[in-house]
Amino acid sequence: MLDNEKHAAVLEACGVGKSFGGVRALRDVSFDVRSGEVHALMGENGAGKSTLVKLLAGLHRPDAGTVRVRGRRVVFRSPHDALRRGIVMMHQELMPVPELSVAENLLLGREPRGRLPGTIDRRALRREARRLLGLLELHLPVDAPMRTLSVAGMQTVEIARAIGANAAAVIMDEPSAAISEREVQALFRSIRTLKERGTAIVYITHKMDEVFRIADRITVLRDGERVRTDRADRFSEAGLIAAMVGRELSAGRLRARTAPGERLLELRGLSRPGAFHDVSLTVRRGEIVGLAGLMGAGRSEVAAALFGLAPAASGEIRVDGRPVRVRSPAEAMRLGIGMVTEDRRGSGLVPLLSVRENITLAHLADCCRGPFIRRARETDIAAQAIAANGIKTSDPDQAVEQLSGGNQQKVVIARTLLGRPRLVILDEPTRGIDIGAKRDVHALIAGLAERGCAVLLISSELPELMALADRLIVMRQGQVTAELDPCTVTQEEVLSYALPV
Amino acid sequence: MRYRFDRQSLTRGLTVWGPRLGLVAALLTTCGVLALLRPHFLSLANLTNVVRQVSINGLLAVGVTWVLLTGGVDLSLGSVVALSGVVAAHLAHPGMYPLWVPITAGIAAGTACGGINGLFVARGGVPPFIATLGMMTAARGLALVLSGGRPVSNMSPTLTRLAGDWLHVPVPALILGGVALAAGWTLRNTRPGRYLFAVGGNEQAARAAGIPVRGIKGLAYTVCGALAGLAGVVLAARITTGQPNAGAGYELDAIAAVVIGGTSLSGGVGSVGGTLLGVLLMGVIGNGLDLLNVSSYYQQIVKGAIIVGAVWFDRRQRGARVK
Repeated sequence: MLDNEKHAAVLEACGVGKSFGGVRALRDVSFDVRSGEVHALMGENGAGKSTLVKLLAGLHRPDAGTVRVRGRRVVFRSPHDALRRGIVMMHQELMPVPELSVAENLLLGREPRGRLPGTIDRRALRREARRLLGLLELHLPVDAPMRTLSVAGMQTVEIARAIGANAAAVIMDEPSAAISEREVQALFRSIRTLKERGTAIVYITHKMDEVFRIADRITVLRDGERVRTDRADRFSEAGLIAAMVGRELSAGRLRARTAPGERLLELRGLSRPGAFHDVSLTVRRGEIVGLAGLMGAGRSEVAAALFGLAPAASGEIRVDGRPVRVRSPAEAMRLGIGMVTEDRRGSGLVPLLSVRENITLAHLADCCRGPFIRRARETDIAAQAIAANGIKTSDPDQAVEQLSGGNQQKVVIARTLLGRPRLVILDEPTRGIDIGAKRDVHALIAGLAERGCAVLLISSELPELMALADRLIVMRQGQVTAELDPCTVTQEEVLSYALPV
Repeated sequence: MRYRFDRQSLTRGLTVWGPRLGLVAALLTTCGVLALLRPHFLSLANLTNVVRQVSINGLLAVGVTWVLLTGGVDLSLGSVVALSGVVAAHLAHPGMYPLWVPITAGIAAGTACGGINGLFVARGGVPPFIATLGMMTAARGLALVLSGGRPVSNMSPTLTRLAGDWLHVPVPALILGGVALAAGWTLRNTRPGRYLFAVGGNEQAARAAGIPVRGIKGLAYTVCGALAGLAGVVLAARITTGQPNAGAGYELDAIAAVVIGGTSLSGGVGSVGGTLLGVLLMGVIGNGLDLLNVSSYYQQIVKGAIIVGAVWFDRRQRGARVK
């Protein structure tokens, strides 16, 4: 087509601005996505990506500027309004109806009518569901309840749903955050099918490798403003990072290897049926042990057993050479074990409590005389923790849910460190946080080991493990498959032990 | 601590008080309108009457605030009120025991009911709705058994003085004041208080932080039961009998007042101050309708509308702030 490029834009934001309670989230941002194009939206947490796509999907209304669909100005009064014009948003936390079947979810709101008024033609429903899944070359059981699908499965159903609804534009907010590499490949195949059908796709991600694999164009936001929009092949990885953070970042090892201290933690033949089997490992003082593996390999479950969240069925845990039993997080903390749990929103933070209250939550006794909280002492302790962990907050009494993801994560870390643990378990400490915060968290972890703390680091990002760990332990399907030297090993080698056989 | 009146503390003050400003305004407006329509409303006698009337609901509401903060609910309050009233009345015949015996026994009966609720909810994993629904039926039954289905009368005047005045202030209102201060202070300034908010705000996170989640939930139901026991004793003193049929539906009035006061039914947000405002608002409106000679049948319709309306308005305000 030789049309003016402007006219091909399916969905467009023109000079939009948005503030929340005096805080400017977006300023004069223009953005457009064209038919059959994947336009990636990148930037650190708090850069305004989510706000921008919420404007495009009708969840917020812009204070300034306009939203256009196929060149015509629109004002969305609700997400439903946007949906009617073919704008589909796939949320970070997907929202299917878990008890309904895959087919019912696929055609929710568009069920084929049966002969009697108000009834559903179930046969047509399943036929249509199979047709839609077939377009994506997927073979999901259409009658299975939605809850039995993996996150990746639900995503593909959402994509199939978008196709079925003849979506003009699909907005994906970090669809790859919670799925494995193999599932990412399947996701990308589905996205390509969507592209071929002429759908416009807005794709938010933090992952560098992904963006170059899937995006046609990239727009970088920083501090609510657009920094650069260009074809993906005109960006280099370093240039992209520089645009996002406003400075260059170095890769490679983040710390020198240290002489290991004495053994602090030993696991011998730890097992929990259905989760992990015969896991043995040691962590020494001043050492960072990386736990690599795919999602579902049993790493988080081992950590949960160590911290008393879901005790192991058999095997032995030794701390300082003495066998111990860990039946609750409180017991773990008494043994000097601290944990930064995976999924800070689910099991880390109490969103409605303040930053201060979240920091002191696990060690409130230190701020108390008997059962009574000494407010001044609590304020002091929280202020010190905020400074020591580089938490950016305007006010310790601010609700923690108002912080950016990276700062929320630092709050969880600050809480764990407040107990001066001798062993720290970190489960995916940098997932979904921006590059600047990631670097801060890496420095915090390295600092812990330097001070003689034993660290068990679980991460799905291999470069992170290879940059920080002294030793790398790989798990696959609940078992330890290898112990590797992160300084000499290649990513391919690690993956060969992690991928299912 | 030094007090700074800068913009930050002002905004903070507004976020703390914002949700309640509407409530204060509603309360003052209602009082103003009533004072204009019925000057008698502002008389000392009537105001004393209002605080006396709200005391029972107030005690229940303060207790159930703790339970709602954990994300639970307690439907057994009305029955527990009846049970503890019957227990207290049984031990309060003239010349039988000193005053503290019936009072303690009544409170103990309530505490036991609350403790059992807490045990089933926290240890047994029974949904609060079901556990306390069971207690609602069982406690009512026990009250009927203990009293033989008849009101327990012939109460010693020492106990009925509990419902009298002290320096022109109704004793029940003084009790409520003391209890509310203690309950509110405990929520804000002690570890168990903070843990209540954490458990209601995110139970998983509370567990991972090493908080004894079960113990905290058990505590909330027990405290709630104890206050229901106290309310039962006060009610018995006021009506000078232990009525096995008393208190029906009281739990819903209490929950309504708490929710009007800004406590979230899903837990984690709320305050005793808000609860008291909710209790007062409901009491003043009830009193006003009495003064305006509105029949009690119509009053129920108005009350229902106010409960839904207040919460609807509140949600709309919050919704607006989120956008």
